[in-house]
Amino acid sequence: MSALKHDIEFTLNGVKRKLTVDVTMNALDMLRDAIGLTGTKYGCGEGECGACTIQVDGVSLNSCLMFAVDCNGRDVTTIEGLANDPRADALRDAFVEHGAVQCGFCTPGMVMQADHLLHKHGHPDEACVKRGLEGNLCRCTGYKKIVDAVVACGATE
Amino acid sequence: MTELKHYFAPTSLDQAVECLKDGDVTILAGGTDLTPQSQAGRIKFKHTLMNIRHIPQLSGITLEGDEIRIGALTTITEIMEHPLVKQHLPALVEACDHFASDQIRNAGTIGGNICNASPAGDTLIPLLVLDARVELASMPEDKLYRHSMPLSTFFVGPGKTRKSLCELVTCVRIPVPGAGHVSRFYKHGTRPALDISTISIGVAGNYRDGVLSQVRVAFGAVAPTPLRAELTEQALEGRRLDAAAIENAAAIARDEVNPIDDVRASAWYRKEMIHNMTKRVLENVSA
Repeated sequence: MSALKHDIEFTLNGVKRKLTVDVTMNALDMLRDAIGLTGTKYGCGEGECGACTIQVDGVSLNSCLMFAVDCNGRDVTTIEGLANDPRADALRDAFVEHGAVQCGFCTPGMVMQADHLLHKHGHPDEACVKRGLEGNLCRCTGYKKIVDAVVACGATE
Repeated sequence: MTELKHYFAPTSLDQAVECLKDGDVTILAGGTDLTPQSQAGRIKFKHTLMNIRHIPQLSGITLEGDEIRIGALTTITEIMEHPLVKQHLPALVEACDHFASDQIRNAGTIGGNICNASPAGDTLIPLLVLDARVELASMPEDKLYRHSMPLSTFFVGPGKTRKSLCELVTCVRIPVPGAGHVSRFYKHGTRPALDISTISIGVAGNYRDGVLSQVRVAFGAVAPTPLRAELTEQALEGRRLDAAAIENAAAIARDEVNPIDDVRASAWYRKEMIHNMTKRVLENVSA
């Protein structure tokens, strides 16, 4: 018995994509397995950890909590799409400078969420960054260096 | 076993309710609950999966007469940032602010939170004390039919509502509170983010010269449904909100709730929390 499929068209990292997906597939599996963009990470599969954070129509969300078919007609950005973005460059430099990366598994999700936060708040203070990142878990750093990096990045813009 | 046979993304309300006629439809809105629940096998898809995202009539927050209409597809983030909500419905803003995480608030919808009918659903408690009505659409013959009911009569059990399989929730309508209206929301969890309520409390009413009237009290996560606490309301109605009245109401609240023991807390702890925190919320109103 083959799974029900559906054709979708959406913008992925600035490029139009056409794809046939299983209707029950989530957006994370589509990005990683069907398209091959593995920067977005699978952590918990239920929205607790934020490792799979992407941006859709300008807001951050958990790709594991989204149906792939629901990408149809929308504008999707993954961590790979930030490769040539000046703000993301600054964020990356700030993460390196503050030692905000240890094992690195949470980093793509952290950067996607931090990028959304900086879009929205411009120059967030520490409390604002902590609130903004509360849907992203990191088991290595203890968060301090990540929060410092995002605050510093916002302050220099 | 039913098997998923169709995927449908209607672009109008008429198309959506027509699709719902046979009642064999799983409705997809924000997807934050349906995605993990279906992948874990806890929810079985019906014959059709209908994605309601592209129905314009389900979006937006507007002032209509003396009511604020919040479309079913409105996300939690959109609600908590909207000027009308911030101005008139502080208890709802407070509940949205304690809702999951930014990523989930950006995707999850108020219609989804209502239809999930969790006893711990964060927005349900403020909506109950703000006298929200839920509007439903269906197509019994060949014409779109809408009706509404008070949210306080909508829930019948955990995950169960009075919405029939042929109906779609289109919006909630909340009366614009008048001058002197107060509303409060309190949620207790073990961490600020991404936690399901251990208990939650909503209180609203008109507060004038130290007297509370038109009192509404609701509790979350202490009964099979979000609970309007009518005995607690009666104990407060028209009373001067002094220490004795507050203690009396808090004691009645403790007896009125009917919580269970689960992984988040024991029934005893929930009852004590309802007593202590109802007292604190009422003290905050009277301060």
